[in-house]
Amino acid sequence: MTATLERVDVVRPAPAKGRSRSRARHRLTVLAFLTPAILGFALFFGYPLVATIGFSFTKYDLINPPEWIGWENYAYMFSDKLFRVAVYNTLWFVVVLTVARVVFALGVASVIARLKSGVGLVRTLCYLPSLAPPVAATLVFFLVMRPNDGPLDSLLGWFGIEGPLWFADPVWAKPGIAAVMLWVSGDLMIILLAAILDVPQEQYEAAELDGAGPVRRWWHVTLPTISPVLTFGVVNSIILALQLFTQAVVAGSAASGSADVTGSTKVLGFPENSTLTFPVWLYTQGFRYFDMGYAAAMATVLFVVSFAATVVLVQRIRRASHQEDGA
Amino acid sequence: MIGVARARGWRARGWKGTLDWVAVHSLGLALGLMFALPIVFVFLTAVMSDSQAFTKDLWPREWHWGNFLEVFEQAPLVRYLGNSLLYSGLATVGMLLSSIPAAYALAKLRWRGRNVVFLLVVGAMMLPPQVVAVPLYDTWSSMGLTGTLWPLIVPYFLFDAFSIFLLRQFILTIPQSYVDAARVDGCTEFQALTRIVVPMARPGIAATALFCFLYTWNDYFGPLLYTSEKPDQWTLSLALASFKGMHHVQWNLAMAVTLLIMVPAVVLFVFAQRSFVRGITFTGVKG
Repeated sequence: MTATLERVDVVRPAPAKGRSRSRARHRLTVLAFLTPAILGFALFFGYPLVATIGFSFTKYDLINPPEWIGWENYAYMFSDKLFRVAVYNTLWFVVVLTVARVVFALGVASVIARLKSGVGLVRTLCYLPSLAPPVAATLVFFLVMRPNDGPLDSLLGWFGIEGPLWFADPVWAKPGIAAVMLWVSGDLMIILLAAILDVPQEQYEAAELDGAGPVRRWWHVTLPTISPVLTFGVVNSIILALQLFTQAVVAGSAASGSADVTGSTKVLGFPENSTLTFPVWLYTQGFRYFDMGYAAAMATVLFVVSFAATVVLVQRIRRASHQEDGA
Repeated sequence: MIGVARARGWRARGWKGTLDWVAVHSLGLALGLMFALPIVFVFLTAVMSDSQAFTKDLWPREWHWGNFLEVFEQAPLVRYLGNSLLYSGLATVGMLLSSIPAAYALAKLRWRGRNVVFLLVVGAMMLPPQVVAVPLYDTWSSMGLTGTLWPLIVPYFLFDAFSIFLLRQFILTIPQSYVDAARVDGCTEFQALTRIVVPMARPGIAATALFCFLYTWNDYFGPLLYTSEKPDQWTLSLALASFKGMHHVQWNLAMAVTLLIMVPAVVLFVFAQRSFVRGITFTGVKG
């Protein structure tokens, strides 16, 4: 740091006038580099965010001009049965998916971290599914979990177990989607694997000297050291669950047997609204029923909840980066 | 030689260590196979005959490789492929043009408000796309551009939060002294960016481009929102979602399409594995 400062001073004796001119030029450079981003942020995030909040107080069908109705959309949420179903389904995913995804990814990463040969192969196999487009991944499980004649039911049949209707059964549709999400959680596994491999070896050696076995070493050394990454995994999973849309729509429409993914509203949430997540209900209201005002009100609620989760994550990132600066 | 090394490893590990080694490696292999198994089932179903695909059979009696060609006759897949490539390709180019300078400004330039802007980028990254969908759809619709791919592509030429975030993480790892040295040598910031930072950040740029391409290639919500009414503008993801419905009696063909749509991503991954892994770890670890 000091070295670079000295060098700058040597090269630029910098009379006051020149310095202020170069400072202005610096400002212009920053502005030029950021202009597209500022414009894009304003157009695609800032403006629509404010507009969404505005629309949420109106009745708007995209054809007639928006009509101000105050808090009516928000009040309507309390009487909308499907809103409650959608909130329940999304909360189900927030809880189940977050716990399952972090525990599962941590388990797999812990096993891979202990491998001495074949790490690359196993890591590749675990990561490959997460490359599949969400639509394709959901259809893969739709085939595997096909009732009666699907591979999973064939496997279960060897043990004398008769499988349920899976995606066509309101009890099993959500666990089915959760299974898809675990199958494609390879990115979290790789992040956790990198964190585990980054744990300083000396810490393990010190714990070993104290007489800690492999289980206690994992619990008292590995876990605390990677806890910032675990927090990232938790918040990241919560945000993922809050946004769950594609898998729910595809599972519902494929299980309903309908050819019409894009027109009919019957397929959304199939069976018995068990896959009607918050974003799916928002989409249905806004872009199928053209009740843009109500959809905007739901979007505002989704924004507030996501924002709270993001604040936690940002604080986490900042704390981690401060630690890094200090080191 | 090998025998000696093996014997040494054996002795060093001892019975318990060897057992542990076997247990961990079988578990690892089992996990890997578990992840691969669903794709194996899909592949086996895709090459079955129409009638066998209905049955409990897991292994094809005859291998119908022609299924992969037949799907092209059943649906205008070439058209969808073209739309997907147009969306992903243009979006990736646009992202590189807009995000590299922004990431450089966030990582290597000093200015007031830098932290606030970074927080806004992270915030935008976490924002569910559904939150801003209503007014955006309204705007594009009033411009008469719904039913085209433009609403999906144009934003990338201005702003893509995730790419800016990821590129910033990569550029931060380039030592500041390199940039300072370039400045001392009389480089403008633009030259420092194009001559020093971009060449050094090439692996990071490659990783970011891969993620951007893959995200748009896999995107379902965007195309559903803007092009669902216009089948000739569908992307592969959108087409695949409806293919299962239209051909719900033909498991083999539906699975052949499912495999075909996964091929480009897998090929990309095989050629750029390192970039992928670096990119993923950078999103989570290096705050």
